[in-house]
Amino acid sequence: MSNINFTHYQHAHCESGVTTNLLRNEGIEISEPLAFGIGAGLFFGHIPFLKINGTPGSTFRTWPGAIFKRVGQRLGIKVHTERFRSPQKAMLALDKALEHNRPVGMLSSVFYLPYLPEAFRFHFNAHNLVVYGKENGIYKVSDPVMEEVTTIAPEDLVKARFAKGAPEPRGFMYYITDVPKAINFEEAIKKGIRQTCFFMISPPVPWFGNKAVFLLAKKIRQYPQKLTPRKASLYLGNIIRMQEEIGTGGAGFRYLYAAFLQEAAQILHRDDLLAYSQELTQVGDDWRNFAYHAARLVKDRKSDIVSYDELSDLLRICGEKEKDIFTRMDKLKWQ
Amino acid sequence: MKVNEVPQDPKDFKEGDKIKKLVYAVDKDGKYTGVNSAGWEAENAATKQAWDLVEEELQETEQLVKAGKLSPIAWYMKKNLMDTALLAKYMGKWQWQVRRHFKPEVFKKLTPAMLEKYATVFNITVDELKRTSGQ
Repeated sequence: MSNINFTHYQHAHCESGVTTNLLRNEGIEISEPLAFGIGAGLFFGHIPFLKINGTPGSTFRTWPGAIFKRVGQRLGIKVHTERFRSPQKAMLALDKALEHNRPVGMLSSVFYLPYLPEAFRFHFNAHNLVVYGKENGIYKVSDPVMEEVTTIAPEDLVKARFAKGAPEPRGFMYYITDVPKAINFEEAIKKGIRQTCFFMISPPVPWFGNKAVFLLAKKIRQYPQKLTPRKASLYLGNIIRMQEEIGTGGAGFRYLYAAFLQEAAQILHRDDLLAYSQELTQVGDDWRNFAYHAARLVKDRKSDIVSYDELSDLLRICGEKEKDIFTRMDKLKWQ
Repeated sequence: MKVNEVPQDPKDFKEGDKIKKLVYAVDKDGKYTGVNSAGWEAENAATKQAWDLVEEELQETEQLVKAGKLSPIAWYMKKNLMDTALLAKYMGKWQWQVRRHFKPEVFKKLTPAMLEKYATVFNITVDELKRTSGQ
C-alpha cells in the first residue's frame, strides 16, 4: 500500500497533461501549454498509404513520448524510463516505484480503461496517465483528460499497458528521479519554438509538416472521384476526430500552441510572440471552420452543402497561413 | 475561439457526456484560458459515424454467423473493435490461421485450449463464445 500526496489537474492533452502534473508534483510551476510548447508537441502529418482501421493516418501532434522526453531534457530534469517484456515484471516495477513514493506516468490503450466513457474507447495505444498509489490492490489513477482522479483494477491496467497493435506500449513507464534547483524556462522555450518551426517547415517529404496539409487538401479534392461516397465520408470523419476529439484542446492542438506562445511572450518579454499567438488563434478558427463543414458532409452524405473542392480550399487556407507563420517564426532572432 | 464560443453540445451516446473535456479559448482580455466543453456537434458527428460503422458491421457479421457462414470468433472480433491483424497479434497466430478459425467447420474442431485463449482475449467465457453459434 502506498499513499502519495498527488494533486490532479485536468488538461486538454494526455501527454502534456501528464508531464505537467508530474512536474507540478515536484514543485515546479508549469502550465500545460508551456509543457506542450517546450516539448514541441505541435505537428502535422498525413500518410495516405498508412491505413489505420482502414482510413489514412493523420496526426496533429508529434510522436508519443516525445513531449515528456524533450521537456525533461530542456529543463534539466532527470527521468527514469523503462519498457518491459513481461507484464509481471512491469507491474512489480510499478509497485516498487509507488513504494518509493513516485507517481508513475505510463502508456496505455484507451480500449482497456473501463473508467473512460465507451464513446472514446477505441484501440488507441498511446494514451498517457499517471498511477499515484495503490490501495487494497486497486490502483489510483490521475488521467489528465478526466476532471477527477479515478481508480483501475490491476487486471485492467495490465491489459492496457500490454495492448497489442501499433504502437505497442510494452509496459512503457516513466517517472522523475531528480529536479534541478533552478530551472531556465527561457532557454527551453526558445529551443521548443525552434524545433516546432523546423518540424513544420523543413521536412523534404510531402507527408510531414506543413507540406502534408497541402497533400491532404489535394487528396480531399480527389475523394469524390477516387472513393465511394461512404469511404470519402469515413475518411473525413477520421480527420475530424483526430483534430477535435478529446485530448486536442481544440483545432488540432493549434489553440494549445497559441496559448503557449502567449505565455512564452510574457516570460521572454517579447511582443512579437504575442502577435504570432493571435495569428495562430485565427488559424485555429480556420481549422474549426474546416471541421465544421467537413462534419456537414459526414452527416449528410448526398447533398452538396459544401463540395469536396470547397473543403479542400478551406484546408489550403490553413496550410498557407501556417506556412507563413512558421517560416517567419523560424527566422526570429533570439538573444 | 472565444470563451463564449466554446461549444457545449453533449455527446449523448455511449456515456460520452460523462466527461467535460478541457479546451483552450481566449477570454475578453485576449488571454488564453482552459474551458470545459461538453462536446461539439461536428466532433460528435464524427465519433457517431465511427460507432455507426461498428454497429453496422456487427449486424452484418451476426447475420452471417446465424446463417452458418462465419464462426462466432468473427463476431466477437468486431465486438472488440478489432480487425484480423490485431486479433492475430493478441492470439500470437498468423492472420491466415485466425481467418481459418472464422470457418464454422474449423471452429467446431478447435481444441479447448484454443477456445480458452480466444475467450480470454475477448474477456468472455468459453460457453459464451460457443453460445453465439447456436451450439
